[in-house]
Amino acid sequence: MDNKHIEMRGVRKSYRFFTLDDLSLDLEPGQIMGFVGPNGAGKSTTIRLAMGLIAADAGEVRLLGHLLPENQAIAKRDVGFVSDEMRLFAHATVGWHMNFIASIYPGWDAKYAATLIKRFNLKPEQPVKGLSHGEHVKALLMLSLARRPRVLILDEPTSGLDPVARHELLTEFMDVLRDDSRSILFSSHNTVDVERISDRIVFIDRGRIVDSRDKEDFLERWRRIQLQLAPGAILPELPNIVGRVVDGQFVTLTTNHFSNDLLARLGPTVREVHRMSLEEIFVASVFHHREVAGQ
Amino acid sequence: MYSGINISQTDARPMYLQIMEQIRARIAAGDWPAGKELPSIRALAAALNVSVITIKRAYLDLENEGVIVTRHGKGSFVADVNGLAGELQEERLAEHLTRAAEIGQSLGLTLEDLEERLRRARKNLDPK
Repeated sequence: MDNKHIEMRGVRKSYRFFTLDDLSLDLEPGQIMGFVGPNGAGKSTTIRLAMGLIAADAGEVRLLGHLLPENQAIAKRDVGFVSDEMRLFAHATVGWHMNFIASIYPGWDAKYAATLIKRFNLKPEQPVKGLSHGEHVKALLMLSLARRPRVLILDEPTSGLDPVARHELLTEFMDVLRDDSRSILFSSHNTVDVERISDRIVFIDRGRIVDSRDKEDFLERWRRIQLQLAPGAILPELPNIVGRVVDGQFVTLTTNHFSNDLLARLGPTVREVHRMSLEEIFVASVFHHREVAGQ
Repeated sequence: MYSGINISQTDARPMYLQIMEQIRARIAAGDWPAGKELPSIRALAAALNVSVITIKRAYLDLENEGVIVTRHGKGSFVADVNGLAGELQEERLAEHLTRAAEIGQSLGLTLEDLEERLRRARKNLDPK
């Protein structure tokens, strides 16, 4: 049974100054996937590949089971895409865009569109050129959501938005996921948003996937452990330690594979054990990955 | 809508623990009596703006604690403490004992050491 919404296998895309390589990911129905990376990591390139907007040099990309970019027209009937680079027609009104989209997509849900207009406090008669950045993003999202696509692909949807607008957007995303046959892939460098609503998280840096797993798994595996060694004592070699800072008798370890066995091995030297936020985990993973790769 | 459950970004505990704690409180207070159906995972996720996997984790742990029971395809319910919860507590105890034995072994403790520690732990529970 192959019902993955997005499937990328061993994908490569080379540009003169940037290469995305060995990229594999799966978006399952009912899932929100957060795609996190620093600027220039390859988030947008990946999203363009997932939308069939560009062709991979190697590997395979499938969207709702359809091979891309060949079959993108069929696949995209059921996909909504919003990027913060997208622009609506400046001289047309929001309502004109709604009629336009409704005329193309038979699945347009006028009632839901009206609800979203109200929730987002948009006015159909307003010309696009008078919209603020936040309103523009909300209008784009409303136009996508009201088609009720099975997959939503969102490139930095919350970037540049104020906290209230961000909250409104996240609420709408979670509302979509009440239906377990739908899914969302969104990229962001806002780790707070990602930590809150994602089921699955993918870290990307310099064109490579650094780590990819369920969110709870990330949060369970990473810990910062503070130790106080006896004077003159030397810390034994330990597995799964990705960071070690020594300051006299005090040592701070970062592990990506926390377990009670590790604690038992450290014994009474342990002073404190701290959980890490997704942002701390992300930064530590990226630095660890660069170190291992010798960059 | 279950908007009464709050998730704090400044709380150091992970979100699933915060959710578990507040569900336990509602059950302890009697607001959620035995047999009451809990909101579905997706409904609660949408209400709290929290990922589905976080709610799943919270429900799974509450189930392991015997606080709720999940009937496949029917939903999750507040457990009847005298019934099924007892069995689940048994299972939990067995799990913890296995873990204790494992850690004891990795620390090189003898069986007598372990027994002594259990006795001490038990004594500490009892104020007399």
